[in-house]
Amino acid sequence: MAALSLIKKYLRFSKVGSFLGIRQIKHGSIWINLLIISIMTLTFLSLVVIPGILIGLTEGSFEQNREHLTGDLYLTTLSDKESIINTQDIIRVLDTLPEVQSYSVRYQIGSTVEAGYIKRDDFTKDAENLSISAYAIHPEQEEETTNISNFIVEGEMLKSNESGYVLVGATLLEKYSAFSDLFEPLKNVEVGEPVRITLQGNALQGLERDQAFLEGDSRPGQTSEFIVKGILDSKVGELSTAIFMNEQDYRRIARKTSLQAQQIAIKHTDTITDEQFKELALFYGFDTYAKVQTATEAIPKFLSDVQETFGLLGNMIGAIGIVVSSITIFIVIYINALTRRKFIGILKGIGISEGAIEFAYVMQSIFYALLGIGFGLIILYGFLVPFFIQNPIDFPFSDGILVAKVGPTLIRAFILILVTMIAGFLPARIIVRQNTLDSILQR
Amino acid sequence: MITVKNLTKTYINGEIVTPVLKGIDLEINTGEFIAIMGKSGAGKSTLLYQISLLDKPTTGAIAVNEIDILKLSETERTDFRLRKLGYIFQDYALVPELTAEENVAIPLIMQGVPYEKAKEKARTIIDSIDMKGKYSNRPNQLSGGQQQRVSVARAIVQQPEILFADEPTANLDSTSSKQVIELLHELHKKGQTIVMVTHEPEYTKYCDRIIYLEDGKITNYDYKV
Repeated sequence: MAALSLIKKYLRFSKVGSFLGIRQIKHGSIWINLLIISIMTLTFLSLVVIPGILIGLTEGSFEQNREHLTGDLYLTTLSDKESIINTQDIIRVLDTLPEVQSYSVRYQIGSTVEAGYIKRDDFTKDAENLSISAYAIHPEQEEETTNISNFIVEGEMLKSNESGYVLVGATLLEKYSAFSDLFEPLKNVEVGEPVRITLQGNALQGLERDQAFLEGDSRPGQTSEFIVKGILDSKVGELSTAIFMNEQDYRRIARKTSLQAQQIAIKHTDTITDEQFKELALFYGFDTYAKVQTATEAIPKFLSDVQETFGLLGNMIGAIGIVVSSITIFIVIYINALTRRKFIGILKGIGISEGAIEFAYVMQSIFYALLGIGFGLIILYGFLVPFFIQNPIDFPFSDGILVAKVGPTLIRAFILILVTMIAGFLPARIIVRQNTLDSILQR
Repeated sequence: MITVKNLTKTYINGEIVTPVLKGIDLEINTGEFIAIMGKSGAGKSTLLYQISLLDKPTTGAIAVNEIDILKLSETERTDFRLRKLGYIFQDYALVPELTAEENVAIPLIMQGVPYEKAKEKARTIIDSIDMKGKYSNRPNQLSGGQQQRVSVARAIVQQPEILFADEPTANLDSTSSKQVIELLHELHKKGQTIVMVTHEPEYTKYCDRIIYLEDGKITNYDYKV
């Protein structure tokens, strides 16, 4: 019974408070209202956009890793193994699963690539060379899974019915990567020009190999000449620091009979989540032969650490924004209440409860917050998010986008409303609690 | 009925102590029209503020209809003012953002009367004070006399037991002043208890009694008009 009467009382407060609050807003200065709403909009944007961009820098990288390297589920070798044993069994299972949209099997092998060896001025010296990872792929499967051809900046994509061609990562080339701490980029690599690739094994290299050539030792199956068909430039580091060749070339040159791969990138259909798909993979025992990771789990640790740090920074900047905006609201409401002190006194004098008068100011704060957030949401989803999708920020390891997921955005909006309500309530309370007669007589 | 016993009010501002009311004893009966008169600084308004629950006395006792109002909490005092008392202020004291009918309706809305019903009742009262058609005018669109009449309407809309008027004609021209006094007289004839502070003797002609205050004391307690 007491609870019911309390509810009734507060309903009455809110009714009278709304009645007063709405009229104060309606008859208040439109410029002041616009100013406060603009502040709220900017605060909301700073609360969402700054962390969103900071997180987006790494999120862009995560997305690119998923889209162009790992797929939704990434199978790699177990730590104590050199390859995914029973690769072919896994492939057979994948071929039967309706949830699988596409997959790409990759054979990774250490290799040395040599360039400019024909035109070099001094044949007593080694040709320029680099030790890198080579990936043997099925071009069409890879394309279907990772759209690798999107990153070809020169030349064309490999085809499975061709032989003797490679794609070379742009980071390996001086033309695209003039400076590197870790290696000397290759100078003489052009599309249509030959490169010599030695796959790991017992092959000799450099002068020793040249000598061996002179002696008629061509060691087929270890070293071979390829024509550069295309150059790949991607912010996914593994793509632009490797070379790609056809799977059958790899088998022929390396004389590999084993069909055990090092990586399998799998894309699933939209009917299943990453976690559910991983469960399915575990159900089929893939984890016995391979390390099974979702795209999220396969994110390099340094990137997730960077994201965590950026998230923290973004939240700190957002918190400062909230403090600034709440101080602004506090001052605005305080001045508003102070200039209306006489009328607050009169309202109290004629029996309008303090709670109802305070509610009128809280309502005004909510109004400003809601409108500010409303405009902020329109700017955010109507302009900023599409803008950053069209014009991503060029970041060294990713194309930075603006991440503004609906859930966290609404949580931030709720926090802003709550803080604004408090910032509106406190000054109103300070003024409303003053002596009624002093307020009326402005003493 | 209002009973005041040995009421004092002293203002203290730092080291400056100003006794304004010095032991007031007073009884106001239901249905009476009382005028409080006196020179400036005599304590007329201060006395009105104490008995109308707008301020708290330093010492003494005040009972309204046998309720010891000094024992009420702040919330109870506000609620008491809402339900039992009506106020007419010298400077009309209408809320500038509200229209005439909204100013009149707000005490009813606070009491829980639905908005439309409150507005309807407010219009009836506004009609009764010869201001038909001015419902939607805001205070700055009304003359001083009209504003004061709206103020009277707001004070009586919830049918208070006692109506307090603090120099209701002080800011009005003579025509408007007469209209307001006539309005109060009409209310009194219907049985309304009215306590009015004024310094204009001509507006006390309808009062049942005049209480003269001088230097914080009643000098002429029960003078009959």
